[in-house]
Amino acid sequence: MSVMSSEALERTRLLHVYRQMKLIREFEERLHVEIATGEIPGFTHLYAGQEAVAVGVCEQLSDADYIISTHRGHGHCIAKGCDVIGMMKEIYGRRDGICNGKGGSMHIADLSKGMLGANAIVGGGPPIAVGAAIACKLRGDGSVSVAFGGDGSANQGTVFEAMNMAVVLQVPTIFVLENNGYSEHTGADYAVGSRDLTARSRAFGMPAECVDGADFHAVFDAMGRAVARARSGGGPSTIEARITRFYGHFEGDPQNYRAKDEVARLRESMDCLKRFRARVDADRRVPAAELDAIDAEVLAVIDRAVAEARAAPAPVEADLYTDVYIHY
Amino acid sequence: MPQLSMRDALNQALHQEMERDARVIVLGEDVSGGAGGSSGQREASGGIFGVTKGLLPRFGEGRVLDTPISESAIIGAAAGAALAGLRPVAEIMFADFVGVCMDQIYNQIAKFRYMFGGKSTCPVVIRMAMGAGMNMGPQHSQAIYSLLTAVPGLKIVIPSNAYDAKGLLIQAIRDDDPVVFFEHKALYPRKGEVPEHAYTVPFGEAALVREGEHVTVVAIARMVPFAERAVDALAKEGITCDLIDPRTTSPMDFDTIVESVEGTGRLVIVDESPPRCGIANDIAAFVADKAFRALKRPIIQVTAPHTPIPFAPALERAYVPGPPRIEAAIRQSLQDES
Repeated sequence: MSVMSSEALERTRLLHVYRQMKLIREFEERLHVEIATGEIPGFTHLYAGQEAVAVGVCEQLSDADYIISTHRGHGHCIAKGCDVIGMMKEIYGRRDGICNGKGGSMHIADLSKGMLGANAIVGGGPPIAVGAAIACKLRGDGSVSVAFGGDGSANQGTVFEAMNMAVVLQVPTIFVLENNGYSEHTGADYAVGSRDLTARSRAFGMPAECVDGADFHAVFDAMGRAVARARSGGGPSTIEARITRFYGHFEGDPQNYRAKDEVARLRESMDCLKRFRARVDADRRVPAAELDAIDAEVLAVIDRAVAEARAAPAPVEADLYTDVYIHY
Repeated sequence: MPQLSMRDALNQALHQEMERDARVIVLGEDVSGGAGGSSGQREASGGIFGVTKGLLPRFGEGRVLDTPISESAIIGAAAGAALAGLRPVAEIMFADFVGVCMDQIYNQIAKFRYMFGGKSTCPVVIRMAMGAGMNMGPQHSQAIYSLLTAVPGLKIVIPSNAYDAKGLLIQAIRDDDPVVFFEHKALYPRKGEVPEHAYTVPFGEAALVREGEHVTVVAIARMVPFAERAVDALAKEGITCDLIDPRTTSPMDFDTIVESVEGTGRLVIVDESPPRCGIANDIAAFVADKAFRALKRPIIQVTAPHTPIPFAPALERAYVPGPPRIEAAIRQSLQDES
């Protein structure tokens, strides 16, 4: 099976990629503002800064492929095609949210898009992705599964179990480890004993590579290689994406563990949107004016999502009892 | 009608359902066995208790998956395969090992449908061997069904005989909700009449194993044959009992129990698990709530003690409630208040 290269992406596809990354960024930037108003219940983990990973990975997938996400899942959901307005309503706890208000920020799912759910248990997802890949392999239709996880989840035994089982069963799972440098409030350099997630993954007996997670092209190309391998029966792979998050572990996290200027510095050097703009401009593949138009369009979509979410009705008490079982 | 052991009845159910529905897969440790061994013999085990024997030769490695010893990955994989359209039957070799994969059972599988707003189905069956009586010690003998009965989103099945085992397992595989299926190790050889054809036993419908008028006895799993012995012995003295086997503890057929207690006024509950926060407490509390005025005597709970399960045969015998304790409890429930 051929590898789809980022260099081969045409203008309309590049515009789509930019729109997806921008949509995630503005979704999260707006949540950062709205959460501060106190109107959004619970707690929320923002994905801003990591957009090129979600989009670089999911642009190699179709609705027939599966992903499973993490507590920091909004970006993966948008990149896999979840409805942004339904997501916003869910985060506001509304009845017509994408999960009827019962899941919230950490459990957004859309099975029709192959999105098997954000998952609030760190390391909970990878075993489930292996199971989806068992189904893919049995069907023999070339579909694959992706397990997103962070440097934090990489230290969970469930991830070791899932990686080993994927290799043993030779199923088409791609483990995407987004190493954003922090497991909650603790540095990855402390918590990852070997300091090398790529080598650790490779030790399970599968190909693994490390990419710059702020570089859409690098993620897309690494994913292209992994997907081509998986679709043609070559088994699992790991991609470690070195990345940063622009906000705390959760909204309200004072981030005392980060140097004062760290985020400001990284917003300059590790902003995937700036990097993407510079790249497609240098290649003369997309005019800046078209990207500017997308910026405006995305802001309007987010405005509408927030307005609709704020106006949407809360669940009714009877909803408490529905959907525990199909039949009981 | 053919006589089959509970083990063979379960095996037949798996064969018939895998034959009927190509989406049914089986996965777990040594469900076939032999992969990578020096003898080159596949199906070296067929499940440590033989329940999955014959499946690999018939259905192949794509549908009968020998896994590493990785309970979290086994149950997680079953969950993911179910979300992706299969109907997995996962095996946890010993129920005690649930501790290793509890997250996948009670945070993932049990909650998917609810937290995804009813937009997913997760038709997983998790089979596990449970129970004391074979000197397997504290980490291979527990009856932990109470623990999982407490989790909303799971259905809990605990057969006591071969007929029910087959019908309940087929129901479990066809059921669209996640099911945890407990098999008592000491009951695997227990024979009973089992029809050749595939049939289902519905969930939430207790079996009335014996009919009587003086005392209601509720028993689960291996406690059912033990209670049968106690009840049959007392019948010779003219003391007759309703003996009820709930068969599933979630959903639980409380109605049948309450109805019986309204007739007898006396209730003895027999449960192999420890006495605190267990299924016996659950049944006692429900009957006290719904049928307090019907009770002529206090409810008696015959359970294991609040201890781990010991290894030494003499100690394990003391741990497991047996027919003499059940008989004594029934007699006690008939004593007049003084």
